[in-house]
Amino acid sequence: MKTSHLMRATALGALLAAASVPAHAQDSIYVSNNAYRTGPFSGSGTPIGDGMRDYFAMINERDGGIGGVKINFEECETGYDTKKSIECYEQAKSKNTVIYSPWSTGATLAAIPRAHIDKIPILSMAYGLSASADGNVFPWVFNPPLTYWDGALIMVRHMANELGGMDKLKGKKLGLIHLDAPFGKEPIPVLENLAKKYGFEVKLYPVAAADMQNQGSLWLSIRRDRPDYLYNQGWGAMNPTAVKEAIKNNFPIAKLVGVWWAGGDDDARAGGAEAKGYKSLSFHQAGANFPVIQDIVKHVVDKGKSLAPKEKVGENLYNRGVYNSMLVAEAIRNAQTISGKKVVTGEDVRRGLETLNITDARLKELGMEGFAAPVKVACGDHNGHHKAYVAEWDGTKWTKASDWMEPLKDEVRPLIEANAKDYAEKAGNWPKRTEACEKSS
Amino acid sequence: MFYREAGQFKSTYAADMAVFPIRQDRIGLAIILLIAFIGIPLIGNDFFITSVMIPFLVFSLAAIGLNILTGYTGLISLGTAAFMGVGAYACYKLTTAFPGVNIIVLILVSGLFSAAIGVLFGLPSLRIKGFYLAVATLAAQFFLQWAFVRVPWLFNYNASGAIEVPQRLLFGIPVTGASASPETRYFVCLCLVIVMTWFASNLVHGKIGRSWMAVRDMDIAAELMGIKLLNAKLLAFAVSSFYAGVAGAMMIFLWYGGGEAADVFNIRLSFNILFMVIIGGLGSLIGSFFGAAFIASLPTIMKFGLPALGVPMSGATAEHVTFMLVGALIIIFLIVEPHGLARLWQIGKQKLRTWPFPY
Repeated sequence: MKTSHLMRATALGALLAAASVPAHAQDSIYVSNNAYRTGPFSGSGTPIGDGMRDYFAMINERDGGIGGVKINFEECETGYDTKKSIECYEQAKSKNTVIYSPWSTGATLAAIPRAHIDKIPILSMAYGLSASADGNVFPWVFNPPLTYWDGALIMVRHMANELGGMDKLKGKKLGLIHLDAPFGKEPIPVLENLAKKYGFEVKLYPVAAADMQNQGSLWLSIRRDRPDYLYNQGWGAMNPTAVKEAIKNNFPIAKLVGVWWAGGDDDARAGGAEAKGYKSLSFHQAGANFPVIQDIVKHVVDKGKSLAPKEKVGENLYNRGVYNSMLVAEAIRNAQTISGKKVVTGEDVRRGLETLNITDARLKELGMEGFAAPVKVACGDHNGHHKAYVAEWDGTKWTKASDWMEPLKDEVRPLIEANAKDYAEKAGNWPKRTEACEKSS
Repeated sequence: MFYREAGQFKSTYAADMAVFPIRQDRIGLAIILLIAFIGIPLIGNDFFITSVMIPFLVFSLAAIGLNILTGYTGLISLGTAAFMGVGAYACYKLTTAFPGVNIIVLILVSGLFSAAIGVLFGLPSLRIKGFYLAVATLAAQFFLQWAFVRVPWLFNYNASGAIEVPQRLLFGIPVTGASASPETRYFVCLCLVIVMTWFASNLVHGKIGRSWMAVRDMDIAAELMGIKLLNAKLLAFAVSSFYAGVAGAMMIFLWYGGGEAADVFNIRLSFNILFMVIIGGLGSLIGSFFGAAFIASLPTIMKFGLPALGVPMSGATAEHVTFMLVGALIIIFLIVEPHGLARLWQIGKQKLRTWPFPY
């Protein structure tokens, strides 16, 4: 009996030893990506995963990789579960990934303390810990192009623009529908500060993760309070539900504005024809009329190598995946230039991210003219607080409904520094930054 | 042939009543411990230790906790994850308030907080049983999870709302925090689990354990025999929650290393641990380990092991296949042996005694 147990243990050990031989392919760069094509967040996760995957597939097909080195892009399924995300992190680490894309706030928070020890840079694009924008405290974490705090500011700006000036905000009511988790609560301090400053009122409508598809009672309170505007800090199944409820409860849909993660095509489509006018913040354009998307269609989708159906290519969240992959690819390209190596490591990519400077001219070269605002990351500022705009659902697709708006960097930056300092203090012996800043960028 | 106790005579009552009366069992246990202490750190790499072994140990401990309550005392609970959460938050509050105190001590002490909360929510068990008690413990799950999100004092008013695990040293070696090596964390987990399993084994084999089992089998009869239901049931809740709390503190401090804890201790985790206990075997300590291996480790091993062995699948496909296979295995095991993997193990041992010449 014991022999059988022993054999089982050995077999298990062998299986796992085999499972964990690092894929040391010298002629490729390994990029891991957390994806969630299963679970309650798969509605948002699938298009993003497709966009991420297809951009790298296109780069490999069209250009033969980056700087002549193929990108070995691999997805790890998390189901938006922190436990599985941590497994994926360990897997990515054992395969020497050059970058980690957590794709959930929980996974980001769990990975932040490890990044500087495992030497894996984290790119949490416009999510994660807002305070990690402080590169002096978090040299290994990057969250461009803007934080949730910038998002809250832009929401208030949008409100003021529609009402006709900041002074018109007085006495107005802004409702915040948010996921009752750290991600959802992020904008609250900024909104409350602004409310004090401009004299409007903030009402909070928390949605528990278990009740994402069950917001009936919440909307009863919204009907009672009658807010002038609603800002939706939601994700996954929560967003289409909010749109449907808004329509059901006769809330003027044009006054419902989602954070950029509430801007999925399927989120808006859930409301049917009446969802026309639903708004969402965004930092890149939707649609397939960009050379980069056309290249993806030509090299990947038409060849049957994409997981996305052709009509979904160019949707808002698909393009967000493309945008994220573009940031990763540019960071790798930068890292190759700085280090002079073809096959770069996580440490090189960290330097590449820190010197990221995607100008309008560069965007044009990438086939992304007008697709996004320029992005610049600096040694101390790992976010940049870049521009965003308000997108509007026209019934079939997302369109640009406002100019690019600049967040108030001076408002946000002190908050970020204070929070970063607080984080470092509470974490106890948080390491001082030892990584040198790049001279040129 | 190999597994036969012929020729092993017992000359004392103590030897006769030992937990492992047969020499081969003791040798087997020693081999398992040797593998756990020496083999795995030598052979296993970081991924295996952090993603398979540490979760296995943490879930085993949580399953033992629930098994004490559900398997030994017959009280069903759906609040295990919340009690684990109490342990995790208590440990965080304690270690930030008393940074100088040994972290192992704090992990164990946080179990006491969990035990206190467990007793509080165990009070209804005196009046209600079965499904109704399950619903009452569900209230603990929802209330405590709500508190983890809503009481900022619990996470020290962190802007992120997450527990940030600070670095703590034991004999100069980091045990928690990001710079703690996987091997160190594994050894700490292993030692805690072994000591607590040994303690649980002594509890359930002694007077207290018998009173629990008497309550489980028929509480009126137990009462007539002089067992105080109040004491027995509340003690079961306390011990069970203590184990869950320690497992929860281990989970956040030695495995996750911080993060959005409120989200971790959700109802799904409670159900998972209940499944571990049911599939592993109600009223069996070894069954808790089997259940944890089956529910927690097997999916991870399949998800990452199969692609590495050359089975061409990745990402979502691996996840779907894992779901289907694990689901099918659960059904198969429950059909073959409704009393769980522990019973299957028992039958296997019986068969082995007569092997190769069964009569």
